[in-house]
Amino acid sequence: MRAKARFYPKEAARLLQERPGVREAVTGATLHFERNRLRAYAEVPIEEWRERAKAVKDHVLSHLDRYLEEAERRLLEKGVRVHWAEGPEEAHQVLLEIVRRRGVRRAVKAKSMLTEELGVNPFLESLGVEVFETDLGEYLIQLLGEPPSHIVGPAIHLSLEEIRRLFHERFGTPLEASPEALAGVARKVLREAFLTADLGISGANFLVAETGTLALMENEGNIRLSTSLPRVHVAFVGLEKLLPRLSDLALFLPLTARAATGQRLSTYVSLLGGPAKEGEEGPEEVHVVLVDHGRTALLADPEAWETLRCLRCGACLNACPVYRQTGGHPYGYVYSGPIGAVLDPGLLSLEEAYPLPYASTLCGACYEACPVKIPIPSLLLTWRHRAVAQGLSPTWEKAALKAYRKVMESPALYRLFSKALRGLPLPQDLLPLLRAWTEGRGSLRPSPRPFHELWWELEEKDGR
Amino acid sequence: MGEMRVALFITCLADQFYAEAGVAAVRLLRALGVEVDFPEGQTCCGQPAFNAGHWEEARTLARRTLRVFQEAEYVVLPSGSCASMLRNHYPELLPGSREALAFSEKVYELSQFLVRVLGVERLGEGLKGVRVAYHHGCHALRELGVREEPLTLLTNAGAEILPWEAAEECCGFGGLFSVKLPEVSLAMADRKLSTLPEAQVLTSTDAGCLLHLSGRMAKRGANLRVAPLATLLWEAYAG
Repeated sequence: MRAKARFYPKEAARLLQERPGVREAVTGATLHFERNRLRAYAEVPIEEWRERAKAVKDHVLSHLDRYLEEAERRLLEKGVRVHWAEGPEEAHQVLLEIVRRRGVRRAVKAKSMLTEELGVNPFLESLGVEVFETDLGEYLIQLLGEPPSHIVGPAIHLSLEEIRRLFHERFGTPLEASPEALAGVARKVLREAFLTADLGISGANFLVAETGTLALMENEGNIRLSTSLPRVHVAFVGLEKLLPRLSDLALFLPLTARAATGQRLSTYVSLLGGPAKEGEEGPEEVHVVLVDHGRTALLADPEAWETLRCLRCGACLNACPVYRQTGGHPYGYVYSGPIGAVLDPGLLSLEEAYPLPYASTLCGACYEACPVKIPIPSLLLTWRHRAVAQGLSPTWEKAALKAYRKVMESPALYRLFSKALRGLPLPQDLLPLLRAWTEGRGSLRPSPRPFHELWWELEEKDGR
Repeated sequence: MGEMRVALFITCLADQFYAEAGVAAVRLLRALGVEVDFPEGQTCCGQPAFNAGHWEEARTLARRTLRVFQEAEYVVLPSGSCASMLRNHYPELLPGSREALAFSEKVYELSQFLVRVLGVERLGEGLKGVRVAYHHGCHALRELGVREEPLTLLTNAGAEILPWEAAEECCGFGGLFSVKLPEVSLAMADRKLSTLPEAQVLTSTDAGCLLHLSGRMAKRGANLRVAPLATLLWEAYAG
């Protein structure tokens, strides 16, 4: 996916202006998710769970080479074909070979953010393969030609009205059709696709090194169908998705479900163990593509590696009051919200993702929601600091900061500034700041006199 | 308690925009038998620079703040955000500085100081029947862990804290955020204001939040008294 993260400020402003319905839809849905998460967290010793999950992930990440090799061995033993992909090119090669050899015409896809990173859909389409996203939300945005706007709820920005209109235009359903009726129409199309597809594509929530098991969580059953009906299944797995032991799933499956949707467990959990053996049903061919795409570089970053603990649950998006205003599209890359703001600069580059670490008030709600305790606020600060050190800040900001420092370093200048605020002309460098402030708010009205002047009278009056 | 002595750090925003919070804090602390100093030379703690990534500027201001307050036994601020800057972020900004570490333990937001250090939970009954909307400043709430202290002090003075579904949500101020991403910042203020209960006064620990919310209210034509927590706490005491 081509990143447009640098346009975040403009895109966010434009969306708020032009599509106010998005704010309403996203706020409503995220608050709903957030309430459910809080309830689900409160049912369990969540602090203990988060600490344990963090410890397991940190352990895997600091022994990643070992666990990757173990996972590969176990997968091979099960007859799974294992591929290593540094980025989209290698991933596409794997698909190209399969498409050519098996004469693939139709693919069904489970929801996967990694395949968004890799541009799997456009690549398959360029080969003449018809691709069906089979997660209902993902299917909707595929029809609209839009990228996902949320890690878990890709169509979170759409209202029921918009979906009704879309289905009316595409399938001729009545404009007042019930959500159930609309889902029924999608189900019909997708059932046909499941039964006729030659290729199933998925991501993975976890890959267990000990057993070579892929774990996939979902609520619709489409992932199970996508990975079991077609003769070939390809799973794209980010290097950070490893867990050491099968028993770790006992913690990570419910923790992820609680964080993501407030469920105790997702409706479906599929533990996949390789191609069908004789007499079994299932895919003949299973491929696991282990994808780096910037992850080892991030792992080597002593200040930013903790982002790799991420489970892609979306809890931080739901908790984020900044994300809630716009949804994910303005962020301009696969991962949006707080986790996107700290992950994207690592996966892309800071130049490309510059505005994203600033898309936060540092309110800290994301950290409280995160099931693996990624210190998002301090990572945001780290990226901001690096951006400044690299000289990426806009000119007005540099000038304003310089003026600010000068004023605040000197009590005499500060007092002068105090007077300026009450009538004298303000330093030129601070004017753009003032304009940006007053445009949407009333004029700035300082107290008649600053406290540091009032203090002396307080002293006298109180006789001290 | 007569021995107790605190240094007031008014913070630049309160100094300029909510001077009455400083007056109220001084009167209240003195009324409770605490001696109050106001170290000359104090300006800004450096938070705006720190949060925006300009750590060199922030470091300069952190060092001078440490100097200005080096004699203080306690540093009390009518701001949760600046208190957290001093308490939590100075040690990060000045790694290896024992001075910053020792200093951080002396720093308190006003209501936190009253409840946790002075052990005062009842100031008086000056807020009898006053309907209050309380905005939890994010840094007071999530970085300092100050949630109950202000509510206890207000409620014990007779105020009614109104239920507000967005009470713990960020108001959208965020320092430079408010001017770097003004549209998003304002949308966040609108979310707070559109859920605001029918209160007589809106209050919070932080001048930045109040400045932002009251500015937005003025633009939207809403009319509600906005008062810093320190002011209400003095009213709680003095009636």
